[in-house]
Amino acid sequence: MISQAILARLDGRGRIFLGVILAALVAVPVLNMLVPVGSPFHVPTWLVSLMGKYLCFAILALALDLVWGYCGILSLGHGAFFALGGYAIGMYLMRQIGPRGVYGNPILPDFMVFLNYKELPWFWYGFDFFPFAALMVFLAPGILAFVFGWFAFRSRVTGVYLSIITQALTYALMLAFFRNDMGFGGNNGLTDFKDILGFSVQAPGTRLALFVATLLALAASYLFARAVVTSKAGKVLVAVRDAESRTRFLGFRVERYKLFVFVASAMMAGLAGALYVPQVGIINPSEFQPGNSIEVVIWVAVGGRGTLVGAAIGAILVNLAKTTFTTGALAPYWLFALGALFVLTTLLMPKGVIGTYAAWREKRREKLALAANAAATPAE
Amino acid sequence: MNQRVTDYLLYLDGVSVAFDGFKAINSLALTIMPGEMRAIIGPNGAGKTTMMDIITGKTKPDDGDVIFNGSVDLTQLDEADIANLGIGRKFQKPTVFEMHTVEDNIRLALKADRRVFTTLFWKDSAGEREKVNRILATIRLEHLREANAANLSHGQKQWLEIGMLLAQDPKLLLVDEPVAGMTDAETEATAHLLKEIARDHSVLVVEHDMAFVRELGVKVTVLHEGAVLAEGPLDVVSANSRVIEVYLGR
Repeated sequence: MISQAILARLDGRGRIFLGVILAALVAVPVLNMLVPVGSPFHVPTWLVSLMGKYLCFAILALALDLVWGYCGILSLGHGAFFALGGYAIGMYLMRQIGPRGVYGNPILPDFMVFLNYKELPWFWYGFDFFPFAALMVFLAPGILAFVFGWFAFRSRVTGVYLSIITQALTYALMLAFFRNDMGFGGNNGLTDFKDILGFSVQAPGTRLALFVATLLALAASYLFARAVVTSKAGKVLVAVRDAESRTRFLGFRVERYKLFVFVASAMMAGLAGALYVPQVGIINPSEFQPGNSIEVVIWVAVGGRGTLVGAAIGAILVNLAKTTFTTGALAPYWLFALGALFVLTTLLMPKGVIGTYAAWREKRREKLALAANAAATPAE
Repeated sequence: MNQRVTDYLLYLDGVSVAFDGFKAINSLALTIMPGEMRAIIGPNGAGKTTMMDIITGKTKPDDGDVIFNGSVDLTQLDEADIANLGIGRKFQKPTVFEMHTVEDNIRLALKADRRVFTTLFWKDSAGEREKVNRILATIRLEHLREANAANLSHGQKQWLEIGMLLAQDPKLLLVDEPVAGMTDAETEATAHLLKEIARDHSVLVVEHDMAFVRELGVKVTVLHEGAVLAEGPLDVVSANSRVIEVYLGR
């Protein structure tokens, strides 16, 4: 019943996307655990974690596509929500270290001992308890997005002005988190994690489990986003994107729709960050860098804005390219390549990879139909 | 302000608004009876669109009363509140949701709970489909229900927007230049459509096209420099020497 309702909301593209996720869900654990190390089909654990990282970026791209692609809110600060989710889980991971830190303090994380903290700051309370930290993964970015969106959307800040203040938001947070007395580890951030839910974060089994969890989160995020955009509310969001004042004169409270989608998207970004941090083993203020948030926009643009699946594909493709480019002789040219990619996509494929592919298929189908007609006519 | 202070559906009195010192509306007084259709004419810059902005809450007047339905002070409300009270507006330039189908445009406009979480879990119903069909028939776009609004002709977009107004089921419709850029045949069809709508709605039409206003055959208000210059049947108004002076220039 429920699965039927879900399937009804998917288009062909979405079914393929979920099919690929399902295949990876089975194939990757098998290739990692059961296929012997020497075999060419073996997927080493470092690769599992690398793919897990890409999948986190895919969730982040989905989140941005939901606000930008469907509601026209070009957020250049989604990296901040991602980082906040990451910090929330990072705080949990720090508390799990317990007395195994360098200084052996059972309560205080190493950086606090080093900075002469006498006791745990109040905002660290509860983070030794996983469900609380998991809640904070959604609440911290959600509340920030709510407060920010409440003021911005109510004052009808739109377009580039909104984009600029989202940049300012993530930049301000970066500066704040760089400060040692903020209580989040300053420029070193949070690292040296040991356990998550009692399992060692370094163990291959845990790494695989984190990868699987990220895959499942990607599928869930996609289904959620799809449910939103195919609902009547989703149509209102597109209406706001294309003709905001028309929507308002129809009696819709535009600012509330924007606030809803912005908060939902920020929470999704937080989830992505929370899955990212245990897989890379560190969270520091550089995650708030304005450039990071802009990169997310490029992923979505490359993949295809307003298509959801495209955003996820764009994130994976661009990061694959980034990994290839930034290791080896080409490393100094990565930023040029990224810039060129953005410019070329905007000029040559304004609808991104997915949109261009769809247009190509449509054209081919028309050509085939035409050919079939031509073949059928003389027979009459 | 729950007490009815007037029988008029719309009551404007002493309304003024200035932009950077320029008085766009200058102590304007205008009343519309329930069920009435009224045409507003006037040269460029007479304040016609600003008047609509004030009624729909886009612009706040500096001074004056704007009372709807005998008791509601519109100057205290914003666009969404006013729309939900039952005032629909058609823009000068046809404004429809281009990326949605014709049918979805109508569905979005249909009178319904507009809150985020109700629309999130919205379910299609037979009653809703029936209403959509009726409106599509009225605006003669049934054959295009699956088409994207972006692919409509200019005249069809105008009708779709009028259809969206109908779907809102407002008490008062404000229609800004509905026949601008239309062919003669389309203009005639639009006049017919508006007259049909006026049977059970109050309508305020702003228009430049005199032939169209004549076709409507309703009371006319002439605006000039933000105030009412003349009011009455078109023939009487167009014989008024002040009106001729304003239209032909001094």
